[in-house]
Amino acid sequence: MAEERRLDGNAIGGVMIELFGVEMTTVPGSCGNCGAHEQMAETDVYLDAPGIVVRCRHCQNVLIRIVRGNGRTWLDLSGLSSLELPL
Amino acid sequence: MPQISRGFHGRRSEASSDRLPPGQHLVDDFPVLSAGPTPHTPLAEWTFTIEGGAEPASWTWEEFQALPSEEITTDIHCVTKWSKLDTAWRGVSLDTLLALVEHDADYLLAFCDGGYTTNLPLEHVTDGKAWIAYDYDGEPLEPEHGGPARMLVPHLYFWKSAKWIRGFRLQDEDEPGFWESNGYHILGDPWLEQRYWGD
Ligand SMILES: [Zn+2]
Repeated sequence: MAEERRLDGNAIGGVMIELFGVEMTTVPGSCGNCGAHEQMAETDVYLDAPGIVVRCRHCQNVLIRIVRGNGRTWLDLSGLSSLELPL
Repeated sequence: MPQISRGFHGRRSEASSDRLPPGQHLVDDFPVLSAGPTPHTPLAEWTFTIEGGAEPASWTWEEFQALPSEEITTDIHCVTKWSKLDTAWRGVSLDTLLALVEHDADYLLAFCDGGYTTNLPLEHVTDGKAWIAYDYDGEPLEPEHGGPARMLVPHLYFWKSAKWIRGFRLQDEDEPGFWESNGYHILGDPWLEQRYWGD
Protein backbone atom coordinates (compact mmCIF):
# COMPACT_ATOMS: atom_id res chain seq x y z
CA MET A 1 0.00 0.00 0.00
CA ALA A 2 0.98 3.66 -0.18
CA GLU A 3 2.76 3.68 3.18
CA GLU A 4 5.02 0.81 2.12
CA ARG A 5 5.96 2.62 -1.09
CA ARG A 6 6.80 5.86 0.70
CA LEU A 7 10.47 6.28 1.60
CA ASP A 8 12.33 9.26 3.04
CA GLY A 9 14.95 11.52 1.49
CA ASN A 10 17.82 9.25 2.53
CA ALA A 11 16.67 6.89 -0.25
CA ILE A 12 17.96 9.29 -2.92
CA GLY A 13 21.13 10.44 -1.16
CA GLY A 14 23.30 8.72 -3.77
CA VAL A 15 21.41 10.14 -6.75
CA MET A 16 21.56 13.63 -5.24
CA ILE A 17 25.34 13.42 -4.74
CA GLU A 18 25.66 12.47 -8.43
CA LEU A 19 23.53 15.44 -9.50
CA PHE A 20 24.70 18.14 -7.07
CA GLY A 21 28.18 16.94 -6.11
CA VAL A 22 27.51 17.39 -2.38
CA GLU A 23 25.78 15.47 0.39
CA MET A 24 22.17 16.64 0.08
CA THR A 25 20.26 14.77 2.79
CA THR A 26 21.19 17.40 5.41
CA VAL A 27 20.55 20.34 3.06
CA PRO A 28 17.52 22.40 4.08
CA GLY A 29 14.91 23.26 1.47
CA SER A 30 11.68 25.26 1.51
CA CYS A 31 8.38 24.01 0.08
CA GLY A 32 7.07 26.34 -2.61
CA ASN A 33 3.52 25.54 -1.58
CA CYS A 34 3.30 25.58 2.23
CA GLY A 35 6.66 27.12 3.12
CA ALA A 36 7.78 24.22 5.34
CA HIS A 37 11.55 24.26 5.86
CA GLU A 38 13.07 20.77 6.24
CA GLN A 39 16.26 18.89 5.53
CA MET A 40 16.04 16.85 2.33
CA ALA A 41 16.14 13.67 4.46
CA GLU A 42 12.78 14.73 5.93
CA THR A 43 10.85 14.44 2.68
CA ASP A 44 8.59 11.71 1.28
CA VAL A 45 10.16 9.88 -1.67
CA TYR A 46 8.47 7.59 -4.22
CA LEU A 47 10.95 5.57 -6.25
CA ASP A 48 8.78 3.04 -8.09
CA ALA A 49 7.08 5.51 -10.42
CA PRO A 50 8.48 6.06 -13.96
CA GLY A 51 10.72 8.62 -12.25
CA ILE A 52 11.69 9.72 -8.73
CA VAL A 53 9.15 11.95 -6.97
CA VAL A 54 10.04 13.90 -3.82
CA ARG A 55 7.13 15.37 -1.88
CA CYS A 56 6.75 17.78 1.03
CA ARG A 57 5.97 15.80 4.17
CA HIS A 58 3.56 18.54 5.34
CA CYS A 59 1.42 19.26 2.27
CA GLN A 60 2.34 16.51 -0.28
CA ASN A 61 3.41 19.17 -2.80
CA VAL A 62 5.84 17.74 -5.40
CA LEU A 63 9.22 19.32 -4.57
CA ILE A 64 11.49 17.48 -7.00
CA ARG A 65 11.03 15.20 -10.03
CA ILE A 66 13.94 13.25 -11.46
CA VAL A 67 13.75 11.26 -14.71
CA ARG A 68 16.81 9.39 -15.95
CA GLY A 69 17.07 7.66 -19.31
CA ASN A 70 19.03 7.46 -22.56
CA GLY A 71 22.11 8.92 -20.88
CA ARG A 72 20.32 12.01 -19.61
CA THR A 73 18.75 13.28 -16.39
CA TRP A 74 15.76 15.60 -16.27
CA LEU A 75 15.56 17.49 -12.99
CA ASP A 76 12.55 19.59 -11.97
CA LEU A 77 13.02 21.63 -8.79
CA SER A 78 10.06 23.94 -9.39
CA GLY A 79 8.22 22.81 -6.25
CA LEU A 80 11.02 24.15 -4.03
CA SER A 81 11.27 27.86 -3.24
CA SER A 82 14.85 27.51 -1.97
CA LEU A 83 17.72 25.12 -1.30
CA GLU A 84 20.44 26.03 1.18
CA LEU A 85 23.63 24.45 -0.25
CA PRO A 86 26.98 24.47 1.57
CA LEU A 87 29.71 26.69 0.09
CA MET B 1 -6.91 -31.28 -19.07
CA PRO B 2 -3.13 -31.20 -19.57
CA GLN B 3 -3.45 -31.21 -23.35
CA ILE B 4 -5.56 -28.09 -23.38
CA SER B 5 -3.15 -26.49 -20.96
CA ARG B 6 -0.15 -27.32 -23.20
CA GLY B 7 -1.94 -26.02 -26.23
CA PHE B 8 -2.76 -22.81 -24.44
CA HIS B 9 0.83 -22.19 -23.40
CA GLY B 10 2.08 -22.99 -26.88
CA ARG B 11 -0.29 -20.51 -28.49
CA ARG B 12 0.54 -17.91 -25.93
CA SER B 13 4.31 -17.98 -26.31
CA GLU B 14 3.94 -17.94 -30.09
CA ALA B 15 1.56 -15.02 -29.89
CA SER B 16 3.52 -13.12 -27.28
CA SER B 17 6.58 -12.59 -29.47
CA ASP B 18 4.68 -10.37 -31.89
CA ARG B 19 2.63 -8.81 -29.10
CA LEU B 20 5.70 -7.54 -27.22
CA PRO B 21 6.92 -4.05 -28.22
CA PRO B 22 10.71 -3.48 -28.50
CA GLY B 23 12.62 -3.44 -25.19
CA GLN B 24 9.73 -4.93 -23.17
CA HIS B 25 9.53 -8.17 -21.15
CA LEU B 26 6.45 -10.12 -20.03
CA VAL B 27 5.20 -10.25 -16.44
CA ASP B 28 2.42 -12.34 -14.91
CA ASP B 29 1.84 -10.15 -11.85
CA PHE B 30 0.56 -6.58 -11.97
CA PRO B 31 3.30 -4.22 -10.69
CA VAL B 32 2.14 -1.10 -8.85
CA LEU B 33 3.81 2.22 -9.69
CA SER B 34 3.04 5.27 -7.57
CA ALA B 35 4.22 8.87 -7.68
CA GLY B 36 2.47 9.65 -4.39
CA PRO B 37 0.12 8.42 -1.68
CA THR B 38 -2.90 6.38 -2.79
CA PRO B 39 -6.07 8.51 -2.61
CA HIS B 40 -9.21 6.96 -1.13
CA THR B 41 -12.04 9.12 -2.44
CA PRO B 42 -15.45 7.85 -1.20
CA LEU B 43 -17.78 6.96 -4.09
CA ALA B 44 -20.40 9.36 -2.67
CA GLU B 45 -17.94 12.22 -3.27
CA TRP B 46 -16.60 10.97 -6.61
CA THR B 47 -17.54 12.79 -9.81
CA PHE B 48 -16.27 12.63 -13.37
CA THR B 49 -16.06 15.98 -15.16
CA ILE B 50 -15.34 17.02 -18.73
CA GLU B 51 -14.27 20.66 -18.97
CA GLY B 52 -13.65 22.75 -22.06
CA GLY B 53 -16.78 21.81 -24.03
CA ALA B 54 -19.65 24.12 -24.93
CA GLU B 55 -21.02 23.30 -21.47
CA PRO B 56 -19.29 21.49 -18.60
CA ALA B 57 -20.43 17.88 -18.16
CA SER B 58 -20.30 16.02 -14.87
CA TRP B 59 -21.46 12.63 -13.59
CA THR B 60 -21.81 11.24 -10.10
CA TRP B 61 -20.57 7.67 -9.48
CA GLU B 62 -24.13 6.34 -9.88
CA GLU B 63 -24.70 8.31 -13.07
CA PHE B 64 -21.36 7.15 -14.46
CA GLN B 65 -22.22 3.50 -13.72
CA ALA B 66 -25.47 3.96 -15.67
CA LEU B 67 -23.56 4.92 -18.86
CA PRO B 68 -23.14 2.14 -21.44
CA SER B 69 -19.98 0.17 -20.59
CA GLU B 70 -17.79 -2.26 -22.51
CA GLU B 71 -15.61 -5.23 -21.65
CA ILE B 72 -12.05 -4.82 -22.86
CA THR B 73 -9.36 -7.50 -23.02
CA THR B 74 -6.03 -5.99 -23.97
CA ASP B 75 -2.25 -6.02 -23.56
CA ILE B 76 -0.65 -3.24 -21.51
CA HIS B 77 2.91 -1.87 -21.72
CA CYS B 78 4.66 0.10 -18.97
CA VAL B 79 7.55 2.43 -19.83
CA THR B 80 9.54 0.72 -17.02
CA LYS B 81 9.70 -2.18 -19.53
CA TRP B 82 7.11 -4.69 -18.31
CA SER B 83 4.18 -5.79 -20.47
CA LYS B 84 1.17 -7.81 -19.38
CA LEU B 85 -1.00 -9.72 -21.86
CA ASP B 86 -4.79 -10.20 -21.92
CA THR B 87 -5.74 -7.91 -19.06
CA ALA B 88 -9.54 -7.74 -18.59
CA TRP B 89 -11.37 -4.49 -17.84
CA ARG B 90 -14.82 -2.94 -17.85
CA GLY B 91 -15.32 0.74 -18.47
CA VAL B 92 -16.96 3.52 -20.43
CA SER B 93 -15.54 4.31 -23.85
CA LEU B 94 -14.29 7.85 -24.44
CA ASP B 95 -16.37 7.70 -27.65
CA THR B 96 -19.46 7.43 -25.43
CA LEU B 97 -18.38 10.33 -23.22
CA LEU B 98 -17.24 12.65 -26.01
CA ALA B 99 -20.50 12.10 -27.92
CA LEU B 100 -22.27 13.76 -24.99
CA VAL B 101 -20.15 16.93 -25.14
CA GLU B 102 -20.18 19.57 -27.87
CA HIS B 103 -16.61 20.64 -28.62
CA ASP B 104 -14.02 21.24 -31.34
CA ALA B 105 -10.88 20.39 -29.33
CA ASP B 106 -7.93 18.32 -30.57
CA TYR B 107 -6.39 17.32 -27.21
CA LEU B 108 -7.27 16.51 -23.63
CA LEU B 109 -5.47 16.88 -20.32
CA ALA B 110 -6.62 14.26 -17.80
CA PHE B 111 -6.71 15.24 -14.12
CA CYS B 112 -6.73 12.95 -11.10
CA ASP B 113 -7.02 12.75 -7.34
CA GLY B 114 -3.51 13.34 -5.98
CA GLY B 115 -2.71 15.93 -8.65
CA TYR B 116 -1.45 13.70 -11.50
CA THR B 117 -2.06 14.86 -15.07
CA THR B 118 -1.41 13.39 -18.52
CA ASN B 119 -2.04 14.72 -22.02
CA LEU B 120 -3.49 12.89 -25.02
CA PRO B 121 -4.44 13.81 -28.61
CA LEU B 122 -8.15 13.07 -29.17
CA GLU B 123 -7.29 10.99 -32.25
CA HIS B 124 -5.53 8.59 -29.85
CA VAL B 125 -8.52 8.20 -27.51
CA THR B 126 -11.40 7.92 -30.01
CA ASP B 127 -12.59 5.10 -32.31
CA GLY B 128 -12.40 2.44 -29.59
CA LYS B 129 -8.91 3.28 -28.27
CA ALA B 130 -9.59 4.52 -24.72
CA TRP B 131 -11.89 3.96 -21.75
CA ILE B 132 -12.54 5.11 -18.20
CA ALA B 133 -12.18 1.71 -16.51
CA TYR B 134 -13.67 0.82 -13.12
CA ASP B 135 -13.52 -3.02 -13.08
CA TYR B 136 -10.43 -5.19 -13.40
CA ASP B 137 -10.67 -8.98 -13.76
CA GLY B 138 -14.37 -8.87 -12.87
CA GLU B 139 -13.88 -6.96 -9.62
CA PRO B 140 -14.05 -3.27 -8.72
CA LEU B 141 -10.67 -1.70 -9.52
CA GLU B 142 -8.52 -1.61 -6.37
CA PRO B 143 -7.17 1.75 -5.15
CA GLU B 144 -3.54 0.74 -5.66
CA HIS B 145 -4.30 0.02 -9.34
CA GLY B 146 -6.14 3.33 -9.77
CA GLY B 147 -9.62 2.65 -8.41
CA PRO B 148 -12.32 3.70 -8.24
CA ALA B 149 -11.61 4.58 -11.89
CA ARG B 150 -8.60 5.02 -14.16
CA MET B 151 -7.95 5.92 -17.76
CA LEU B 152 -7.21 2.95 -20.03
CA VAL B 153 -5.30 3.76 -23.24
CA PRO B 154 -3.61 0.42 -23.87
CA HIS B 155 -1.92 1.27 -27.19
CA LEU B 156 0.28 3.87 -25.44
CA TYR B 157 2.72 3.44 -22.53
CA PHE B 158 0.76 2.88 -19.34
CA TRP B 159 1.68 6.21 -17.67
CA LYS B 160 -1.00 7.64 -20.04
CA SER B 161 -3.59 5.37 -18.35
CA ALA B 162 -3.90 7.77 -15.42
CA LYS B 163 -4.86 6.26 -12.07
CA TRP B 164 -7.58 7.88 -9.88
CA ILE B 165 -8.91 9.90 -12.83
CA ARG B 166 -11.59 12.50 -12.04
CA GLY B 167 -12.03 14.03 -15.48
CA PHE B 168 -10.32 15.79 -18.33
CA ARG B 169 -10.14 19.21 -19.92
CA LEU B 170 -10.64 19.51 -23.68
CA GLN B 171 -7.99 21.76 -25.22
CA ASP B 172 -6.81 23.19 -28.54
CA GLU B 173 -3.15 22.53 -27.68
CA ASP B 174 -1.18 19.53 -26.44
CA GLU B 175 -0.20 20.62 -22.90
CA PRO B 176 2.43 18.30 -21.37
CA GLY B 177 1.27 16.49 -18.21
CA PHE B 178 3.13 15.35 -15.07
CA TRP B 179 5.75 13.13 -16.73
CA GLU B 180 5.59 14.62 -20.23
CA SER B 181 6.81 17.97 -18.83
CA ASN B 182 9.98 16.43 -17.33
CA GLY B 183 11.60 14.03 -19.76
CA TYR B 184 8.96 11.55 -20.87
CA HIS B 185 7.73 11.53 -24.45
CA ILE B 186 4.76 13.72 -25.39
CA LEU B 187 2.89 10.75 -27.00
CA GLY B 188 4.50 7.50 -25.77
CA ASP B 189 3.90 4.88 -28.48
CA PRO B 190 5.52 1.63 -27.21
CA TRP B 191 5.84 0.19 -30.73
CA LEU B 192 8.01 3.21 -31.69
CA GLU B 193 9.77 3.09 -28.27
CA GLN B 194 8.84 6.70 -27.56
CA ARG B 195 10.04 6.70 -23.95
CA TYR B 196 11.89 10.02 -23.51
CA TRP B 197 12.11 13.45 -25.09
CA GLY B 198 13.79 13.09 -28.47
CA ASP B 199 12.94 9.37 -28.91
ZN1 LIG C 1 4.61 21.83 1.69
